Amino acid sequence: MSKTASVAVSSRNRIKDRDPADRFFHAAVLFLSILCFIVILYPLWFVVIASISNSDMVNRGEVVFLPRDIRFYGFEQIFKDSRILIGYRNTILYVVGGTVLNMIVTMPAAYALSRPDFRPRNKIMLYFVFTMYFSGGLVPTYMQINKLGLINTPWILLVMVLINTYNLIIARTFIQNTIPNDLYESASLDGCSHFRFFWSIVLPLSKAIISVEILYYAVFHWNDYFNALIYTSNNDIQPLQMVLRRILLQNEAFANGNGGVQGGYAQSSADQVKYAVIIVSTVPILCVYPFVQKYFEKGVMIGAVKG
Amino acid sequence: MTAVRTKRSKHSIGYYLKQDWQLWVMLLPAIVYIFIFCYMPMYGAQLAFRKYDFAKGIYGGEWVGFKYFSDYFNNAMFSTTLRNTFLTSLASIVFGFPAPIVLAIIINQIRSSKWKRTLQTTVYIPYFISVVVLVSMLNVLFAKQGGVLSDFLKALHIVPQNANLIGQKQYFIWMYVGSGIWQSMGWNSIIYIAALSSVDVQLYDAAKIDGANAWQRVIHIEFPVLVPTIMILLIMNMGSILNVGFDKVFLMQNTLNKQNSEVISTYVYHLMAPTTGAPQFSLATAVGLFTNVVNFVFLMLTNFISKKVTGSGLM
Repeated sequence: MSKTASVAVSSRNRIKDRDPADRFFHAAVLFLSILCFIVILYPLWFVVIASISNSDMVNRGEVVFLPRDIRFYGFEQIFKDSRILIGYRNTILYVVGGTVLNMIVTMPAAYALSRPDFRPRNKIMLYFVFTMYFSGGLVPTYMQINKLGLINTPWILLVMVLINTYNLIIARTFIQNTIPNDLYESASLDGCSHFRFFWSIVLPLSKAIISVEILYYAVFHWNDYFNALIYTSNNDIQPLQMVLRRILLQNEAFANGNGGVQGGYAQSSADQVKYAVIIVSTVPILCVYPFVQKYFEKGVMIGAVKG
Repeated sequence: MTAVRTKRSKHSIGYYLKQDWQLWVMLLPAIVYIFIFCYMPMYGAQLAFRKYDFAKGIYGGEWVGFKYFSDYFNNAMFSTTLRNTFLTSLASIVFGFPAPIVLAIIINQIRSSKWKRTLQTTVYIPYFISVVVLVSMLNVLFAKQGGVLSDFLKALHIVPQNANLIGQKQYFIWMYVGSGIWQSMGWNSIIYIAALSSVDVQLYDAAKIDGANAWQRVIHIEFPVLVPTIMILLIMNMGSILNVGFDKVFLMQNTLNKQNSEVISTYVYHLMAPTTGAPQFSLATAVGLFTNVVNFVFLMLTNFISKKVTGSGLM
């Protein structure tokens, strides 16, 4: 049925296309979509080709579309250097540990707030939502964390954003909209407690929102450099993004002396190291991305329901 | 509503605690966390009205009233940071807001489903690039010498031959806004694409029969469908106009462009962790509190307007 419908639509389009305005419109759409594609992709492509080309040619502007004089100098430098590795290890710990903690705190809270017969739920929601729009500010937060003795410990990067109010809202909305309250009522008549209902019914039925939440939190931990910048100074516990900042933006020297601002050959090879660093630090997340894309789209939709 | 009322009067607090204690247990970690990490610092914001005393901590310093606020208002940095914050944020909205709408309309018009999917997947990618990597890409692609994109812009005479897009302060805002569009245009278009997918196909057919061409169909069918989403998102954006994110600005900042790139959030950081001299904790707290209050008022205002105009608000 759908096949015949689509045939009918497309043949109608074809007839319509004889209208010059329509033909121009579709040409414009095609042109703009290709332009958009190039604008988005070219910078990424350039980083890839620059990382494996002769860096002098890159600096002279001779590498534009395809890599030239292929070499892997930049990547070799990275794997000789321990900082990226330490950064990776720390980031993985923060992403995994932080996300697990996030989920342990967020999902039960979202469930509790989704219960229509839980009377104080709107007041508690306000308690959370208020923190989205008002905060004590950077200095008082720093002082508080200092008082807790968490400055310069890995713990602070695990718990700094233990629960995100936006993520709490979308999880609550999802549970509220997809799991009928009748289900709880009949379960509770059979003696099912909230704990049991949450564990055996709600969690298995919430796989979609759980994936979305894990993704949101994991991407946050992966990208977060702000909290590391403010609350840590010890290189051994800093995440990858801080290591990247030191190498890419502060030109911190590489193991064998390359990487600093030295001019001449050293500078051009330092640039090559930078391109390689960008790739090594970005590829993992881009590899995961196609598999999780649909969950991100889903997450935006669930979030939009609340608006 | 009345049913709830009568129910409420029937049972004591103890009854509800007994019935809901498991829910309270599930909420407890979140509530405690928010209290310690969000509400305690709000209480600590009283530091803005106290002289910071290292020995006595946040609550021990001597009361000085609004001294630090007037220090900030009378400081040259007040107008600089306020202007930079406002302009950066306004430019992001003016140029960054329409981009995903246009993109969504383009994507929706693509007839080849393969190309549509490819384009969608591509435009989301930049969203997953971290700020640190984004800013380093800007630094190498727009470098004064040998930057492939700055060379391209120079060849097209969009910027003068001797322009330094990273260093010169007048380019900061364009680099900030442009990279922002590049990074989040695709992601932000998702919500519009979803809104467009809800358009009834019959509407298109009816319009075609009535002789509407493709342009007219976009203007009279698709655009009206997007208007409610556009309004809500626009109002939300306006509500955070004094809220320029710290991350990207801080990383894009250098000594050359600082005059145009010092926004309130980076200024607070620099007061708290100066490269030279002692940290000015009380002043930093006062500046932070000032912007928080202004933002909050803005948000309440836009929320109020939103409720009046569109009938829906954030709260």
